[in-house]
Amino acid sequence: MRMKEFAASVVKEFRHIFRDRRTVLIAMVMPVVQIILFGFAVSTEVNDVRVAFCGDLSDPAVRQAVDRIDHNKYLRIVSRLSRPEEAEGLFRRNLADVAICFDREYGSRIVSSGHAGARIIGDGSDPNTAQMIASYLKGVIQAEQADVAVELAGEMTPSMTPVVQLMYNPAMKSSYNFVPGVMGLILMLICSMMTSVSIVREKETGTLELLLVSPVKPLWIIVSKMIPYLVLSAVNFASILLLSHYVMEVPVNGSILLLCAAAFIFVATSLALGLLISVISPNQRTALLICGMGLTMPTMIFSGIIFPCESMPAVLQWFSDIIPAKWFIIIVKKVMIQGDGLASAAEELVILTVMAVILLAVSIRSFRTRLQ
Amino acid sequence: MEENVIEVMNLTKKFGDFTAVDHISFMVRKGEIFGFLGANGAGKTTAMRILCGLSRPTEGQGTVAGYDITTEQEKIKRSIGYMSQKFSLYPDLTVSENIRLFGGIYGLGDRRIREKTDTMLEMLGMQSVRDQFAGALPLGWKQKLAFSIAMVHDPGIIFLDEPTGGVDPETRRRFWEMIYEAAGRGVTVFVTTHYMDEAEYCDRVSVMVDGRIAALDSPDILKTEYQARNMDEVFRIIAGRTGREE
Repeated sequence: MRMKEFAASVVKEFRHIFRDRRTVLIAMVMPVVQIILFGFAVSTEVNDVRVAFCGDLSDPAVRQAVDRIDHNKYLRIVSRLSRPEEAEGLFRRNLADVAICFDREYGSRIVSSGHAGARIIGDGSDPNTAQMIASYLKGVIQAEQADVAVELAGEMTPSMTPVVQLMYNPAMKSSYNFVPGVMGLILMLICSMMTSVSIVREKETGTLELLLVSPVKPLWIIVSKMIPYLVLSAVNFASILLLSHYVMEVPVNGSILLLCAAAFIFVATSLALGLLISVISPNQRTALLICGMGLTMPTMIFSGIIFPCESMPAVLQWFSDIIPAKWFIIIVKKVMIQGDGLASAAEELVILTVMAVILLAVSIRSFRTRLQ
Repeated sequence: MEENVIEVMNLTKKFGDFTAVDHISFMVRKGEIFGFLGANGAGKTTAMRILCGLSRPTEGQGTVAGYDITTEQEKIKRSIGYMSQKFSLYPDLTVSENIRLFGGIYGLGDRRIREKTDTMLEMLGMQSVRDQFAGALPLGWKQKLAFSIAMVHDPGIIFLDEPTGGVDPETRRRFWEMIYEAAGRGVTVFVTTHYMDEAEYCDRVSVMVDGRIAALDSPDILKTEYQARNMDEVFRIIAGRTGREE
């Protein structure tokens, strides 16, 4: 194989990409849009929560609790209810996110027993957010009661209030979850979708025949098709990292080098998938459909971006194990957020590498047999 | 002494139970325009793919440009030009980029490519569209350009797979002038076509039916033999005997 012939076909692939504005747009802008979309639109964070309350304001303990809620930087008191039932009306008109109702004689009970009841009413129409908000509010009230108890007794009461601390993500930012997810999704999309479409397009127009009849070996034709997307995904990887670090303030705790290595292996897997799809698809539409339904959907659902794999039935959990993105996302979470080293991510890395090797071997083999 | 540039003996290609090419044997002389006719599904594309080194025969042997078709496919690919039935240029690359690409993948040096580009465009009278997208050219121009690009590395044999599909007769006639011109320089032209008027332009034609060569001779001899007025009739008489469904 002479380098010159190979270089000529790589240059050609780059020209195809940059000639087509839509391709460039999809390839370069999509990651940015996705990150911003996920970052600002899809958010399950506790942030600027509007709290309605119901209770006796002449009770100093209630006043103190309400005050504490209002001073919390994520919470804000918006209205006072005369009866707990009024909460529903507020939820319906979208005037409040959560309501808290202090029991009668809240203050005197807290003095006598150190414990007093309060009911938290969440808006279950958005269960994820409601749960998050309710447990956050619960934490605030528990802390308040503990403080009051200490104040009164001068010492810790025997009753224990567990203090929940979320390691690696103290503010419960959802960006910590979606940045690895989007990274996996984008790299997979760029590599598998665009590679398969670009090969199938040449199959459709008949130009692939021209390349095959030339002295450039089939393997090198494939490699020259993959290289531009490898470069593109490197650019995307960098832009996602920069965006998530500087705009979403997601830390990079672990080794960047390890992260890049994992991304490279994952990209190889995706390129192989793209090649495999191009072999079985007769036209571009089929290739796009297979990529959309066969890759993107399962990746979204089973890689833990939206739903945690741990809460799926066992059969689906096994199924999720064959999705490369799942392993990549686990590695990114470990390395980027938890700051783990090679030792901790070794298992996932090995699984991903094995997947990459198998897929590359199978796809190149089937591409070659297809030619015969 | 005439030199054969293509020689095949008992060439056979099977796909499972289906025999696409069934023990065909023929020779093509240097500088000859060899027409390769046959109905769709008669096996001509399969046979041509074997000759171009894209596919290995199940049985039989042969040489193209002096290289063995079963073992020296790489060398064959370097010595032949190929223009396919479908559009042979990249529509989203400019005229000069197309020339550059094919010059590049056939291993021409940078300076050689620049020279080739200049002479080719001058000969085709296409200097003015040098930086235009190939996709925007009129069909006739595209074909002439595709033909010239298929010859960019000065091959001894050029394979044309239905090169004039969907083109008006006048453009076809002008395209054939280019073919004659190339043959005049000693390039062997191996052409498949659907148009029987084009078959008349060939030095010799072969007609494939059901994977076999049913007739092979010069158009004049074939016309006499089948007592036909033109090649269209000849083709209908021969191909009419087909037993195979398309």
